[in-house]
Amino acid sequence: MNPDYLIAILASTAGAATPLVLASTGELVAERSGVLNLGLEGIMLVGAVAGFAVTLHGGSPLLGLLAAMAAGMAMALVFAVLVLTLQTNQVATGLALTLFGLGLSAFLGRDLVGQTVAPLPHLSIPLLSNLPFVGPLLFRFDALVYVSLALVALVGWVLARTRLGLAIRAVGEAPHSAHAIGMPVLKLRYATVLFGGALAGLGGAYLSLALTPMWVEGMTAGRGWIALAQVVFATWKPRGLLLGAYLFGGVTVLQFHGQGLGLAIPSEFLSMLPYLATIVVLVVICRNPQTILLNKPMSLGQNFKAD
Amino acid sequence: MSRLEARPAPSRAMMLASPLIAAAAMLVSGSLLFLFLGQEPLHAFYVYFVKPATSLYGVGELLLKATPLILCGVGLALGFRANVHNIGADGQLTMGAVAAGCVALYFDGVEAAWVLPLMLLAGALGGMAWAAVPALLRTRFNTSEILVSLMLVYVAYLFLGYLVHGPLRDPAGFNFPQSKMFGAAATLPLLVEGLRVNAAFPLSLLAAGGAWFFCRHTFAGYRMQVSGMAPAAALYAGFSEPRNVWLAFMASGALAGLAGVGEVAGPLGQLQGSVSPGYGFAAIIVAYVGRLHPLGVVLAALLMSLLYIGGESAQIELQLPSAITGLFQGLLLFYLLAADLFIHYRVKPRTRPAAPAALSTETVPHES
Repeated sequence: MNPDYLIAILASTAGAATPLVLASTGELVAERSGVLNLGLEGIMLVGAVAGFAVTLHGGSPLLGLLAAMAAGMAMALVFAVLVLTLQTNQVATGLALTLFGLGLSAFLGRDLVGQTVAPLPHLSIPLLSNLPFVGPLLFRFDALVYVSLALVALVGWVLARTRLGLAIRAVGEAPHSAHAIGMPVLKLRYATVLFGGALAGLGGAYLSLALTPMWVEGMTAGRGWIALAQVVFATWKPRGLLLGAYLFGGVTVLQFHGQGLGLAIPSEFLSMLPYLATIVVLVVICRNPQTILLNKPMSLGQNFKAD
Repeated sequence: MSRLEARPAPSRAMMLASPLIAAAAMLVSGSLLFLFLGQEPLHAFYVYFVKPATSLYGVGELLLKATPLILCGVGLALGFRANVHNIGADGQLTMGAVAAGCVALYFDGVEAAWVLPLMLLAGALGGMAWAAVPALLRTRFNTSEILVSLMLVYVAYLFLGYLVHGPLRDPAGFNFPQSKMFGAAATLPLLVEGLRVNAAFPLSLLAAGGAWFFCRHTFAGYRMQVSGMAPAAALYAGFSEPRNVWLAFMASGALAGLAGVGEVAGPLGQLQGSVSPGYGFAAIIVAYVGRLHPLGVVLAALLMSLLYIGGESAQIELQLPSAITGLFQGLLLFYLLAADLFIHYRVKPRTRPAAPAALSTETVPHES
């Protein structure tokens, strides 16, 4: 195979994986503190439209990304108030957030359809990016690809090695015990949910500012849900997220390169691959109940109310 | 300041009142949104929420749109009661439509009375087949039915897209991605001449009545509800969880499939690239707003249908964006969930029994 073509495929894999890395990293932190946010898809959509709107109306891409994070946090705040303060059911509230996000993003983006912005600039690190093969493969992405990788490492380190990480895990495993020894359970959960919202918003904006620099209604096409599945796939450990996201990035990219690779399959069937792959992977991970039982935060999905 | 105090028992009054509170809160926020969009709120309110129901044709449209919402909503509510979260009803609806569409196109030109019942059967089976996947994976491999049923929605959309772009495309259709129009024998009869509401509507009421009977008067229905409300008790009583999961998915899959038949054999009259503007998702809201009760679902579906129709009439008459419909739907569910707080808690004004306590800390500041 033509090496340039192979490089193009591998490079676009990183592009397709990055929104998943961002959104699932944020969700992982929230789930480690015991909160299951099924509203990821809605948050990503609102992040996508906010980032796109700000960039289109003269903001710099950086401002757009910040706006997307702020929008994601605002959405997550709605979820947090309902679930943490008002004690609503997490599954129902997450579904409501997704449906609300679908409507809100379509509403906010009604005048943005069909417009385009310049995609996020690709870095080209002097010397390194000119290396043959390795250069275009490793050193010519936009900054967010590197940021997402750094974030996974950072989150892994914080969760495993710091006091804050210990507190988050304690709150996710045994909120009542954590509360009894004076940990601010709800405050920590607010923080993790907002962090997750910011990253999901950023992941959404990566779609509308980098991957396909435009706004289309419902453009996340289930990526928020795939990101949720990624967290299960990673068995709630950050290092698994990268593997999962890049695997799915690769599967997603197949549909664009299917014809080029000589696959005589209708495009619709290639487009089904990421969804089918998600199901297959979930089955493989979940079929052993031990894996899930050992790794799943004990209080995931359960509300906590201090007496 | 006031604080929340747990009620000794869930308030039955609040349980019935909270959907009304939610609807009222949504109407108020809707009016505020109209104001923000530069509309005269009362007029916009009238056009959106009242006008659709003032003409006979409008009422017909209301019932037409409520039909798939009732069918999907009743099925989802059954599952939610048993803690089975099927959120892929839109995919099951789509596959029901595909199955019924295949029957209609295969027997194209056959003008016999058995075509329609065969389509209904095929549609129900199509929806059930699609629902069987998450049920099987959950019961066999412990896989989250939420994620699996949702992934299958996208697969179903793509499959329908493939069919109408490929094998089932109308050869005389100028390359539009849609099938031939179905014949008269493959079209649901209209209830009233001149209105578009068809025989699927009484069918949906029948389904709601059947579900009510199932929950209220059968042992299987009782088992399902116990599993939902008290999983530990259900386990102790030896109620089988896999059986509930299967029952919930088969019932909701069949009903969603029928909803799909109602669309393609009703107002659409053919297979199109998309057969549902998200009825399966709106039905999640319908199920919760209807308090997971079959009769509540019927009322909630009518309200949700009004949101759809109102959205269309606001788009035409007021040039408001149609996306408002989705916004209102989401808001409605938010408000309902928030109002539900008062089922289990009541607001207690912070009285001041704290006074003597405050005094004591003042007098003995160094005790600790």
